[in-house]
Amino acid sequence: MNGVLRNATRPPPDAIYLDYQATTPADPRVVEAMLPWFTQRFGNPHSTGHGFGLEAAEAVETGRAQIAALIGAEPREIIFTSGATEANNLAIKGAARFLKGRRNGVVALATEHKCVLESVRDLGREGCEVEILPVESSGLVDLDRLDAALDERTALLSIMAANNEIGVLQDMAAIGALCRAKGVLLHSDAAQAFGKIPLDVQAMKLDLVSISGHKVYAPKGIGALYVRHRPRVRLEPLFSGGAQERGLRSGTLAPALCVALGEAAALAASEGPEEAVRLAALSRRLRDGLAARLDGIALNGDAEHRLPGNLNLRFAGVAALDLLAALPDVALSTGSACSSAEVEPSYVLKALGLDNESANGAVRIGFGRFTTEAEIDRAVTRIAEAVTRLRSGLA
Amino acid sequence: MSSPSSFTYLDHNATTPVRPVAAAAIAETLAECGNPSSVHRAGRQARQRLEAARDAVAQAIGLPEGGTLVFTSGGTEANQLALSGTGRPRILRSAIEHDSVREAVSNAVEIPVEPGGTIDLAALEAALAADRRPALVSVMAANNETGVIQPVAEIVRLAQAAGALVHCDAIQAIGKIGFNMAALGADLVSLSAHKLGGPPGVGALALAPGLHLAALQRGGGQERGLRGGTENLPGIAGFAAAILAAIAELPKYQDLAVLRDTMERELLAIEPEAALFGATQPRLPNTSSVALPGLSSELQIMALDLAGVGVSAGSACSSGKVRPSHVLSAMGATPELARSAIRISLGRDTGPEDIERLVVAWSALARRRRAKKGAA
Repeated sequence: MNGVLRNATRPPPDAIYLDYQATTPADPRVVEAMLPWFTQRFGNPHSTGHGFGLEAAEAVETGRAQIAALIGAEPREIIFTSGATEANNLAIKGAARFLKGRRNGVVALATEHKCVLESVRDLGREGCEVEILPVESSGLVDLDRLDAALDERTALLSIMAANNEIGVLQDMAAIGALCRAKGVLLHSDAAQAFGKIPLDVQAMKLDLVSISGHKVYAPKGIGALYVRHRPRVRLEPLFSGGAQERGLRSGTLAPALCVALGEAAALAASEGPEEAVRLAALSRRLRDGLAARLDGIALNGDAEHRLPGNLNLRFAGVAALDLLAALPDVALSTGSACSSAEVEPSYVLKALGLDNESANGAVRIGFGRFTTEAEIDRAVTRIAEAVTRLRSGLA
Repeated sequence: MSSPSSFTYLDHNATTPVRPVAAAAIAETLAECGNPSSVHRAGRQARQRLEAARDAVAQAIGLPEGGTLVFTSGGTEANQLALSGTGRPRILRSAIEHDSVREAVSNAVEIPVEPGGTIDLAALEAALAADRRPALVSVMAANNETGVIQPVAEIVRLAQAAGALVHCDAIQAIGKIGFNMAALGADLVSLSAHKLGGPPGVGALALAPGLHLAALQRGGGQERGLRGGTENLPGIAGFAAAILAAIAELPKYQDLAVLRDTMERELLAIEPEAALFGATQPRLPNTSSVALPGLSSELQIMALDLAGVGVSAGSACSSGKVRPSHVLSAMGATPELARSAIRISLGRDTGPEDIERLVVAWSALARRRRAKKGAA
């Protein structure tokens, strides 16, 4: 990499990273577990004719079991993918294409991640009946409304366990019961929820669950899809070839990345509950600190049912892009990273009923495992100063 | 399982160790945190790394000016994207393509190969002329099992004359022999990082200028909308570092052919009834496909593994399967002969002592075969 980045914009050394919903730093313990699998233990896990391949295959299976254990699944129900986007595409297109002709309906919430909405739209072009459901101003779906949208023609419902912009947690157990009663497959994009809040595929009756590595302290380039075995969920693959991953996802697996996601899951299993408590305290500290210094702060999304490491706030009279520009040493965002460069207001916030001006005022603050109290305090000071300055017109 | 460190690994076409420069680039990128789509500095730094890597890979393969390089999760995804993305109603592919090309579309026309393992150009020309609908020809630059190098420039000339696009699966070729997309005139080229010393889980599809594709996986608009999903930045940085190193070492890599040829001569001297596949044609310098008639591939692989040498029956993906190789069958091998073949693929660090170990272990197998034959 020498020279490649000579002129790059590096964040200042004291920068505060508060964009954990865009991507998390890789945990050093995860990195330590994965690195040997690139060099010393480099076998192709599908080359089972020799020891190199066999040890790589064993490592992949250990990772698979660690991921399964975190959500109450069996190891064989976990399919490795290149990330949550692929997992979402595979789950939604795969299930709907398999069921086409028997059940043609696909239902999703208006606040789903773009890759879910685009997958659903692709299916619409292929002849599926697509319904996009609104949410309440809290960001939660109304269960009666959801119930009314599902019938014997519905193949699949896709609902995010935790929203990537506003952190809202849907009642997956209640939704799962609704779906099971109507024979509708339930897919949940758990990219933000996996490892952050308890997920149980049995208790919640989830049929398909998408998982991302780089949102849970593993690297980018790895994800997984839970595919229920009993009753069996069948999918049409997105691509074919060597028939790895039970034919659902061809291509050579990356043992280092599978080890990393497994290790991240194991760390979340052992440290997650304690971490959630610490993050909830940081969240209170951040909100209380800002409220003590500023008026006119509003929280987007339900106050109670939300990820512990997410706040989505707006400061009356202040445009989010101005605030971000005034805080070059604090990494915040206006919404999902995929749409960071867009000037349109967030469709998620619009779905909560916010007008353009309010939606353009929203700032996503994401924090996690490596965020310290001192960083939160510094962020509070920096944000409060910037908001005050912008409100006084002195920016 | 004995410790692999005492093994001689001769299965580099399945995967090869990550190069130290690539491992360093991966580790360096893992230590940073940023999503290339984020607008803050951490995100912009990630974006710069991504684009620097893209430029490096594009330059290494001779991407034509104005062309596009799309990063994927690997060669399989790149092949599928190429075959299903152009929307061409006719797909023509050779009989020796990788499973990821063979399985990508169900209605492809199969073009036979010569006994030496190169595509039958007359058959290709006839197939192109037989149907005037817009076509895509998919042919690999070099075969993963035999190492036979395909006449890509000639294939491009025939295809272009018929108005067809050419997709070239260059996964085994790039980093082993010279490859220049612009000079060859191919329209789409598939790459994989882990075959040339980059990490598994990364690949790319290169597109000639003006070519547009339908995406396989959508969402987020990354990779110009051709491939949604947050890019595997550490992996991509490792890919770029590895391909630059591989290209720089290409002249030295060609010396592996001397070792390989010596090995093949020794094997034939030990057992004149052994059969080499594709040896009459230009081949990758590191690959050898050799059959020991009468002994199954599985038995040979297990015996060699016990002797401390790792080889394979063919492609790693189908390692667990027992059916004979479609590549060797297409070259005219009987099912019995194809079932007795192994692939020996050398790596950049393979030395004479590794070859000696293989030859000694293989000669024990040849003796076993003689004894079996004598008893029969």
